[in-house]
Amino acid sequence: MNAIEQASAHGRQLISAASTLADLRAVESEAFGKRSRLAAMTAELRELGPQERRQLGQELQQARAALEELYNRRAEELSRRDALRRAEAERLDLTEEAWRFASTGSPLAGALEQPVPRGHLHLVTQVRQELEDIFLSMGFEVAEGPEVEDDWHNFEALNMPPHHPARGMFDTFYLKAGQSESVVLRTHTSPVQVRLMESRRPPIYAVAPGRCFRRDTPDATHLPVFHQLEALVVDEGISMSHLAGALDAFTDAFFGPGRRARLRPSFFPFTEPSAEFDVTCWVCGGEGCRTCSGSGWVELGGCGMVDPAVFEAVGVDPERYSGFAWGLGIDRLAAARTSLGDIRELLDNDIRFLTQF
Amino acid sequence: MRVPLSWLRDFTPVEAPPQDVARALSFLGLVVEGTEEVGPPWPGVVVARVLETRSHPAADRIQLVDVDTGDAEALQICCGAFNMKAGDLVPLATLGTVMPNGLEIARRKMRGEWSNGMLCSAPELGLGDEGGQKGIYVLPPELEPGAPLASALGLGADVVFDIEVGPNRPDCFSVAGVARDLAAAMRLPFSLPRPSPAAVVPEVATAAVRIDPAAEHICRRFTGTVVENVGAAAVAPLVSHRLALAGMRAISAVVDASNYVMLELGQPNHPYDLDVLGCGGLVVRRAEPGETMVTLDGVARLLEPADLVIADAAGAPVGVAGIMGGSAAEMSPATTTVLLEVANFDPLTVSATGKRLGLHTEARARFERGVDIELALLAVERFVELLGPHVRRGPTTDLGRGAPPQSPVRLRTSRVNMLLGTELSGDECRALLAPLGFVSTPDGEDAYSVRVPSWRPDCTREVDLVEEVARVHGYDRIPRRMPARPAAATRLSAYQRGRRELRQALVGTGASEAWTNTFVSPADLVATALSPEVALELENPLDQSQSMLRTSVLPGLLRALRFNRERQAGAVALFELGSVFCRGGAASGAPGPVPGAGTISGVQEWEQVGLVAAGEGAGAEWVVRAFEVLRRGLRLDALDLRRHDPGGAPGPAALGNTGAFHPGRVAAVAADGSPVGLVGQLAPEVAARYDLTGPVGALVVDLPALLGAARPARPALAVSRYPATDLDLAFVVDDGVQAQDLALTLAAAAGDLLGGLALFDVWRGAALGAGRRSLAFRLRLRAAERTLTEADVSAVMAAVVQAAASDHGAVLRQA
Repeated sequence: MNAIEQASAHGRQLISAASTLADLRAVESEAFGKRSRLAAMTAELRELGPQERRQLGQELQQARAALEELYNRRAEELSRRDALRRAEAERLDLTEEAWRFASTGSPLAGALEQPVPRGHLHLVTQVRQELEDIFLSMGFEVAEGPEVEDDWHNFEALNMPPHHPARGMFDTFYLKAGQSESVVLRTHTSPVQVRLMESRRPPIYAVAPGRCFRRDTPDATHLPVFHQLEALVVDEGISMSHLAGALDAFTDAFFGPGRRARLRPSFFPFTEPSAEFDVTCWVCGGEGCRTCSGSGWVELGGCGMVDPAVFEAVGVDPERYSGFAWGLGIDRLAAARTSLGDIRELLDNDIRFLTQF
Repeated sequence: MRVPLSWLRDFTPVEAPPQDVARALSFLGLVVEGTEEVGPPWPGVVVARVLETRSHPAADRIQLVDVDTGDAEALQICCGAFNMKAGDLVPLATLGTVMPNGLEIARRKMRGEWSNGMLCSAPELGLGDEGGQKGIYVLPPELEPGAPLASALGLGADVVFDIEVGPNRPDCFSVAGVARDLAAAMRLPFSLPRPSPAAVVPEVATAAVRIDPAAEHICRRFTGTVVENVGAAAVAPLVSHRLALAGMRAISAVVDASNYVMLELGQPNHPYDLDVLGCGGLVVRRAEPGETMVTLDGVARLLEPADLVIADAAGAPVGVAGIMGGSAAEMSPATTTVLLEVANFDPLTVSATGKRLGLHTEARARFERGVDIELALLAVERFVELLGPHVRRGPTTDLGRGAPPQSPVRLRTSRVNMLLGTELSGDECRALLAPLGFVSTPDGEDAYSVRVPSWRPDCTREVDLVEEVARVHGYDRIPRRMPARPAAATRLSAYQRGRRELRQALVGTGASEAWTNTFVSPADLVATALSPEVALELENPLDQSQSMLRTSVLPGLLRALRFNRERQAGAVALFELGSVFCRGGAASGAPGPVPGAGTISGVQEWEQVGLVAAGEGAGAEWVVRAFEVLRRGLRLDALDLRRHDPGGAPGPAALGNTGAFHPGRVAAVAADGSPVGLVGQLAPEVAARYDLTGPVGALVVDLPALLGAARPARPALAVSRYPATDLDLAFVVDDGVQAQDLALTLAAAAGDLLGGLALFDVWRGAALGAGRRSLAFRLRLRAAERTLTEADVSAVMAAVVQAAASDHGAVLRQA
C-alpha cells in the first residue's frame, strides 16, 4: 500500500466513524482538507521534478475527489438520519390536544376559554355570498362548474367554432393536456350555462359564480385570475324586457333603491341581441364624477338573449324556449363597493386589508 | 377606429353636437371610447403670393423671395427651393408659427439677409413626401393671399371619435359604414360616394391577372386595374389631413388614396408598381410548401400551402393575400404606372395565415371579419377619382365567382315582440330596418321576407334581424318587467351550505380568509415539498413564475404568511377554500370534481381547504384545536385524527402534502377512518423557505371528503336530570399508543352511561420509565332515568380498565 492509499484509507476511516453531522464536520479537515495527509503530500510536490510532479499531482487529486464524494454521501445520510432522529425526538401525539381541548358541556369545562376575535371572510367571498343571496331570493339556484374546461363548453357550444374570430376577444390560457389548445382555463363563467342546459330541461333560473382566467397583464383594474357571476334564465316567453327587469331588480337590491340599469348594444357570440349593461354610478348617483368618467354610469358586464345556436348546441328548442344570460365581475363589484383603487390588493392577502371588511 | 366627424358628414348631414353623436354611436353598439376635438391644421400658415424671386447676394443655395400676404406689401423670405415663380401661391409659415415637427419660426438673418417666415414644402406640412412635386408646395391658383392655409384648402376644426368596432360588424370598419348606422339611428338620409367613372383610356393596358383554380374558393373576387401617369397625381390636402386624423401617416398620393379608400369604404386594396412587377401581371395562388417572401416590413416569411399569395406572372410572390404586400413591387417615388388590386378573400384563410405569421394589419382586420363582396368596383373608381384628373386608367379586369345571392331571411313581427317584449307593428319593424339597407317584402300575415344587404354577412337568421330592429328602435325603449318567479323553491345545495358553514366556523377560530393565485411555479411546489411532476402545466403562461396550476392551497397560503410577516404583522392565521388540480390519474383516489362538474380528460380538479398559522401561539397544538372547533362546530362526527404514516401508500390527494409537514408532528384527518387530509406543524425546512420562524401550524383537507362526511340527523338526546359522577383515571401507556386510541377504547367500554370524556393530564417521569407516559382521563358518568349507584361506577371502571389493558397494555396508575 503506497502513501496515497494509506492516506486515503485513513480519511475513509475518519469519515465512516463519524456518527453525527457535527462529528463529520469536525473531521473534514483531517480527512481530506487542509490538515490531511493528502494536503501535506500535495505541499511536498514542488520539490519533485516536473514529470513526477504531474503524475503524483493527478493521483493526489483523484484521491481527494474520491474522499470528498464519500464525505458528501455520508453527510447526506447523516443529515437524513439527524432529521429523523430530531423528528422522533420532537414527536408529539397530536391527538392528545384534540382530547384535551375542552368545550362547554364537556367534563373539563371548569373555566371559560378566552373569546377569540373572529376572523374575516374575504371581501370577494362576502360580495359573492351577498349576490348569491339576492338571486336565491329572486328564485334562482346557484350552480357551479369546473375551472378547467374543454373547448366545447368554453367556446364551441357557445357559438364559437374553431377559428371563430370572436375567440380573439378572450385571451385564453391553454393547458398542456390532451390535444394542443383543447383544454383551457375557462375564460368566463358561461360554460356553466352549457353544462346546466346539457344536464336538464328548462325552466332554468340559475346564477353561477366562479373563478375565471384571462391572459391579461395585471394592472389596477385587471387580474389574470378573477371572479364572475353568470346568470341564465331559460323558460317559455322570456324576453329582453325580462332581462332589463331582472337587472333592475338586482341593481336595486345590491346598490340600494334609485339605481337603474341601462342596456347598450354590444356583441357576444352566445347572445343575440347582445348588450353591455351599465348601472347608475354608485359614487355620484348619476351626476357624473371621476369614478364614472363624468357619464353617471358604470359598466358592469355583458348580457343578452341566449343565441339560438347555443340552444341548438345543447338540444333546446329555440322556438319553444327563449332565455337571457349575463356575466358580471364580482371583484369589480367588490372594488366598487369599497372604492378600492387597485384591484391587485384583493390578491395580496395583507391581514390589515382582509380584516377591514 | 378613429373617425373624423367631417368625414361622416360626407355621407349623412349630421348636425347634432359631438357629444350627442358620440352617445348615438354608443347606443348603436359602436362604443365611443374617446372624443377628441382637433383645431384646424397649420395655425400660423397662410397663403402667400410670390411677387418676385431674387438671387441672394451672398449665397447661391438660397434665394430671396418677396411675397404678398394680402396687404400688397412685399415681405422678404429666404428660401432654399427654386421651384416657384412670380405669381405662384405658396404656403408661408408666419413668424411665431410652430411647425408640425416642433420647429418655431422666428425672424432671422441668413447670410446677411432677413427672412420673415418660412415657405413650406408639402412634407413640412405633413402632406406626404413622395408625391410628384419637389420643393415648395405650389398651391392651386384660385386661393386668396393672406387667408389661413387650412381654411383656404377647405380644412377646419374637427372632432375625432375613437370607436371600438366588434368582430361582428365588418361594415362598420369603415367611415361610410359607421355613417350608415348613425344616419339610421338619427333618422337622417345617407348616401355613399358616387364617383363618376373615369373614362377608360384605350391606350392603357388591360391588367393581366388570373386566379389559380386551386385558389378559387378562397379568392372570392379579384380585380386588377392599370393606372398610368400616377406621378402627376395631385397632393390632396383633405386626404392627407383626414388620414392623419384617422391615425395614418401621409406617404404619397397613390398610397394615400389607397389607404383613404380602405378607411372610407372598408375595402382593403393594394397598388403595385407595374414596371417592377415581373412579366407585368398577377396570379392568385396557394403558397408552395416551404416558399418564402419578404413582406413590406422587411421580414422574411415562411409560407404554407394553406396560405394564399399574390404572385407576379413569373410566379414570384409579391404579397400575402389580404394581409400585407411584399417589398418586391413596392411603390416608390419613381413609380409611374400602378396595377391596383382590389380583391375579396376568404375570412378564415386570412385569419389563420395572419395569426400564424403574427401579422396584424388593417387589411387583415377587415378581411377576417368579411369585406362586402360588392364593394370592389366602387373602390376602384374612388381610388382613380382621388388621384385627380391627370392620371390615365385602363379597363378593370374583374374575376371571381361573383357574390352568392344571400337568401332572404323571414322575419315574424310576433317573434320580434316576443323576444324583445315590445309591441311593434310590422310596418314599424320594416321602417326600422330599411335605412340599414334591409329590403322587406310582406310574406304572409305576420312576416316579412327580408333581403339582407351584401355588407351585412353577420345577419343570416331571424334573430339577427331582431337585434337590428332593437338597435335602431333603441334598447332604452324596451319596457322592463320581472320574469315570473319559477314555481320551485330554491336554496343552496347541501355542499354549498356546508361550504358556507365551514367558512363561518373557520373565521370562528380567528383565522381570516385569503384567496391566492391558482398559478404557481415549479419552484413554489418544490419549496413546499410538493411534486411538480403531477402538476398541470400551462401552454402559454404569463411568465415562468406562474407556469403551473396549484396542486395544493398551501404554497399560496404560505406566501401570504410571508407577505404579512414581511410587513411586521405578528401572529396571523389564514385559510382558503379553492380548487386545486393535478394530472388525471396522478393522485390515485383524488376526490371527484366539484359537484355539478363534468370531467375533462387528463385533468383532476377538486376543492381543498387549507389553514395556516404563524407567529406567537401558532403551531401544531393551535391548528389541532382549530380542527376541533370545526369538527365539533359542524358536527362532523365522522371525522377524527389518526396516526399518519408518512411512508404509507399515496392516499387521497391531500396526502401529497406529506412532505410539507414535520414528520413527528402530523396527524391524518380521517373521515370514517380513511385519511382525507393532514394537520400538524409545517416541516421546519419548508417554513424556512418561506422565511417563517417558529412553529407554523397547517391543515389541508380535501373539501368534498370533508363536506361529504356523513352528518346524520341525530335524534334529540334527552338530557339526564340525575346527577353525574366523574371518574378520573390515569393510564400509563407506551408512547406508541395515541391518546385517540385509548380514548376510543375507553368510550366503547364505558357504554351507555358515558356522558363525556376528556383528557386532563399528560405526565412523564422517571418513575414511568422511558418511552411511557401517563394519560389522565375524566369520564363523566350518568344514567338517563336514575341516580347512579356505586355498583354502576365500579362496573364501568372495571370494564374500562380491563379494555385499556387488553387493547393497549395500559396500566392503571394508582393515585
